[in-house]
Formats: sequence, structure tokens, C-alpha cells
Amino acid sequence: MAFYIARRLLATIPVLFVLSVIVFLIIYLIPGDPAAVMLGDGASPETIEALREQMGLNLPLLQQYGRWIGHALQGNLGDSLFMRQSVRAALAEHLGPTLSLAVLAELIAVVIALPLGIRAASRRGEAADKALTGFSLFGITVPGFVLSMFTVLLFSVQLKWLPVSGYKPLSAGLWTHLQYLILPALSLGIVQAALLARVVRSSMLDVLNESFVKTALAKGVGERGIVYRHVLHNSWLPILTVVGGSFGTLIAGAAVIESIFNIPGMGQLLVNSVQRRDYSVIQGVVLFVAFAYVLVNLVVDLLYAIVDPRVRLQ
Amino acid sequence: MTSLTSLDSATSLDAAEDAAENSADSITTADERSPAELAAGRLRLRRENRRLFVRRFLANKSAVIGSALLLLVAVVSLLAPWLTGRDPYALEVADRLKPPGAEYPLGTDNFGRDLLTRVLYGTRMSAEIGFVVALSSSLLGLVVGLYAGYVKWLDQILMRVMDGLFAFPAILLAIAMMAALGPSVGNLMICLTIVFVPSIARLVRSSTLVAKEQTYVEAMHALGASHNRIVWKHLMPAALSPLIVQGSFVFAEAIIVEAALSFLGAGIPAPTPSLGNLLSDGKLFIYNSSWMTIFPGLALVVVVLAMNLFGDGLRDLLDPHARRAGKKR
Repeated sequence: MAFYIARRLLATIPVLFVLSVIVFLIIYLIPGDPAAVMLGDGASPETIEALREQMGLNLPLLQQYGRWIGHALQGNLGDSLFMRQSVRAALAEHLGPTLSLAVLAELIAVVIALPLGIRAASRRGEAADKALTGFSLFGITVPGFVLSMFTVLLFSVQLKWLPVSGYKPLSAGLWTHLQYLILPALSLGIVQAALLARVVRSSMLDVLNESFVKTALAKGVGERGIVYRHVLHNSWLPILTVVGGSFGTLIAGAAVIESIFNIPGMGQLLVNSVQRRDYSVIQGVVLFVAFAYVLVNLVVDLLYAIVDPRVRLQ
Repeated sequence: MTSLTSLDSATSLDAAEDAAENSADSITTADERSPAELAAGRLRLRRENRRLFVRRFLANKSAVIGSALLLLVAVVSLLAPWLTGRDPYALEVADRLKPPGAEYPLGTDNFGRDLLTRVLYGTRMSAEIGFVVALSSSLLGLVVGLYAGYVKWLDQILMRVMDGLFAFPAILLAIAMMAALGPSVGNLMICLTIVFVPSIARLVRSSTLVAKEQTYVEAMHALGASHNRIVWKHLMPAALSPLIVQGSFVFAEAIIVEAALSFLGAGIPAPTPSLGNLLSDGKLFIYNSSWMTIFPGLALVVVVLAMNLFGDGLRDLLDPHARRAGKKR
């Protein structure tokens, strides 16, 4: 077990390294002098030179990367040029809404996908199964942000049931909090549910073909017993893996959705920073989300190995 | 083994390969039919195969619907300038925010521009970007995947880079790169290509890893074929059909990411009609001018649906075994 964990941890290091190099190099994609571009027209050569010095642009490339990653590993992602605060503080401020949105969306996805996937697998080829095929096509075809604009049109503009946009933190009360989050989370969650339902179905089908299911059937275990006790029990792992892995996708999806609903999350921070050419914030957000994404996947993989010993032996 | 030794005298590898192919094609290698008879037989076989393929294609609902929709999208994209006879940039300030009606079938936007014309041009832009990105990321991914799968030491380097790129959620990486490069159609194509190369490279690599262990590759080594020859003539074909299927999904995915980026203002610069830009305009007027959201949104869904159905159908036709494996991105 310890060996497996060590191996898995070691395998993560090169990924994180490459990932950080890519984020670091983003600055070098800027045509021309990054400092001049960031300060915009009308900046004096002295201020540009000062910023170059501050950003360490005059150092050799390797040394720049070393400096940057050294700071980043200590949690210092630099300062925002426009918000008069550190990137870390800005991230902390905007993390809450995005997490709320992603968790709620994931909940919605699980609540829709589990029953649908289970039903489709246990009654293969029947109505539920066909519905799932259609639903999963819907999920990969309709982008979350288009779906959310359509839901806004229906629920906020036509029916006026829910607010069009905005955000209230959890401290304003659970219902107020949810009222603002329900539409964006629903749009994200439905798209995610379509992908998840497919995984639930296929991992259940894999187990349904195992011989212990036949044994249970021969013993006279009822259909419910087989589906819920024998099959579902053995299908949890791939389902959980997908749930864990989808957080990254959800957070990225949230970035687009947040700008529709005017939710002050990390997506909005990112989009605003793109418009302001605030590159240290852009790098900070991307690095943070990608790191989190890799680490969540790592944790899920490790859990997987703890629960299912077969994984370790492979 | 006897066939291998007899090949010693073969003058070129080409001849050897041809001989191998021929003996695989016709089941009766031993009998002495005339070359003309053999050619006629082969022609018949090919015609039969084609007929079977057409029948399988027509029996596959998603392939048929997908191709039909795709054809529609292609026609619309090619004929966009002539279909309405209007200029997508022409401002008609008196007619701003007109709902759909006789004069403007899909209404007008906040500058009085004809929405139908802009949606047609937007669809064309989406199709163009999807096509270029699918093609270029397939080509790059093919090269990376083939050599990573074939050359051990390259595998370590190339796949670590691919893993690193793959660890980013696609939209996020694209936003960050576009922020640095600046919004333009060309830059968008470059960014999306980089974003989608890893998924293709992984796919090609895994099929190459399997194929290179096959006996026929070993035989080619024994015959003295060069590495490049083995990679391009013997490993590449094995990777081709999953690659084409994945390419069609990249096409769909690229269109979605393009729309999302343009929607956020990090994609195609503003006055150019792209579906993402149109939706972004629609967002501003969602209260009173819902048509500005509905029609570009529907157009986007139709284009992506066409590509997804087409890809599903292709997968069933080219690669029936992959049916259950599901889609990987």
C-alpha cells in the first residue's frame, strides 16, 4: 500500500512540474514586452522598467522560473496590478462562490444520474435505457452556458420565478443563497449528469455480467436485491472516480456560467483579469485550479486503492 | 516461416509487402487463376464490400441524421454570403431590436443588423474553426502519438508534456493563452489546437503501443524496414480509424470552446459574427429581445449535434468494438 501511494505521488510530480512550466510560459506568449503590454499605452519607460524589475523579467529564464515557482510553492502568487491586493487574497475572496456552485452542481448531477443510470442498466434496451441515450447525447451537445441562458429565459424572464443574476453568500440564509445559485447549478449539473449517467450505466453493466450475479440469481435473490446490494455495491468505484474527476470540469464550466449570472467567483475573476490584462491573476487562477484538479484526481485514485485492493496490485 | 525465407530474394520491400497483401486478399493463393480473373474477382469483392458498407451506413440512424445535418451546415457555411443577400455588418439603426418578422426572419440585433445573416455567418465561422482545429490537432496528435508509442525515450518526454497539458480543464487553458496572445481568429485556432492535441496523442499512442507488438511489425523489422517506414506504413493505419472518430468529437468540442471563449470576450474580436459573440450580445438584451439568444443558441446546438451524431455513427461503422468503451476526452 505504502509502495502504491509513493509511486502514485511520484508520478504526480512531473505532471505538476510540466503544468507549472506551462502556466509560467503564458507570459511569454504575449507579443512584445509583457511589462509594456500590462501597463498599457502612455506608461513611461521608467515605470515599465520598474515593473520589469519587479516581475524579474530581466533575469535569465531559468532563474525567473525558479523564483516564480519558489514563491508559488510558499503560497505567494504575486500581486494584482489592478486590485491592490495579492493574488492569493483575490483567490481566497472568489473561491467560495465557485465552490458553492460546483458542489451544488455535482449534487444535482448525482441525484439525476444515479437513478437514471441504475434504471437504464437494470432494464437494458427499455424506455429508461433509450431515455439515457438521448439524455447523454443532449449532455455532450448542449453547452452548459447555452443551457443556462435558455433556463434564464424560461424561469427568470418568462415565469419570473427566480432572480436573473447576482449572488448572495451563505451567511444571508440558505434559501437566499440557493435561490441565486439554483439556475447556474442546474445548467451545470444537468450537463454533468448526462456524462455521469452513462458511466453509472456502463459500470453497472460490467458488474451485471459477472458470475456472482448469476449465483445470486440462482439463489433466488430478487431483482431489487441484485441491483442494489450486489451490483451497485461493486460499481461504486468507477462512479466515484468520475465524480471526483469532474470537479475540474465543473470549476472550468463555472467560469463561463458565472459571467452569465454575475456570480463573483473565480471564473469572473479570471474573465475580468483577462480584460484588464492582469496576468499575475490569470496565472494564479489557472495554476490554482489546475493544481487542485490534479490533486483531487490523486486523492480519488488513492481512495480507490484503499477501497479496492485489486488496484494496488496492478 | 517458409514464406519469410522465400522473401530473402525479394528485390524490394514494396514487392514483399505487395505479395503479403495479395495473399491476404485472395483466399486461394495456391491455385493458378489468370491475373485477369484475379483482378475481376478483386473488383467484385470490392464492389460487394462497398454495397455492404452503404447498407450498414443506412441502417445506422445517427450516421444518417448526422451526415444530413452536417451537409446542411456545410451548405449554409459555403453559401452564407448569398443566402440572405444582406451584409452581416450593415447597420440599420432605425430597425434596431426588431422581433422576428417578414422583413427580418430572425429579427435584428441592437445595432439593427440582420440576425439571420449573422447567424449564418456565425455558423460558417464555427464550422471553419472546428474544421481547422480538428484537422491540425489530429495531424499534430498523430505525429506525437505515433513517435511516443514507438520510441521509448521519446515517450517519457512527449507524454509528460501531454499529461501536463491534459491536466488543465480545456476552457481554462484556452482562456489563459488567449489572454496572452490577444483575441483573433488565428490565435484562437492555435490555442484550441494546443488544447486538443493531448487527447488525440494519447489515443494514437495507445493504439501504436498495441500495434507495435504485433507479429507483422516484427516481420517488417526482420525484413529490414526503416523505423519511419514502419511507423508511417504499418502503425499509422492502425491508429487511423479511432483517430478519425476522435477528430469528429474534437470538431464538436472545439466549436463549444470557441463559442464559450468568444462569449467571454477572449475569443474572436467583437464585430465579427461568431455564435459566441452573438450569444454574448444576446445576454445583454435577454430581457426584451430573447430572439438574440434563442437563435444563435439553437444554431450552436445544431452544429454540435451534427458533429456528435456523425462521430457516433462513424465510430459504429469504423470501430464496432469501441461501442461499449464510451467516449474519452
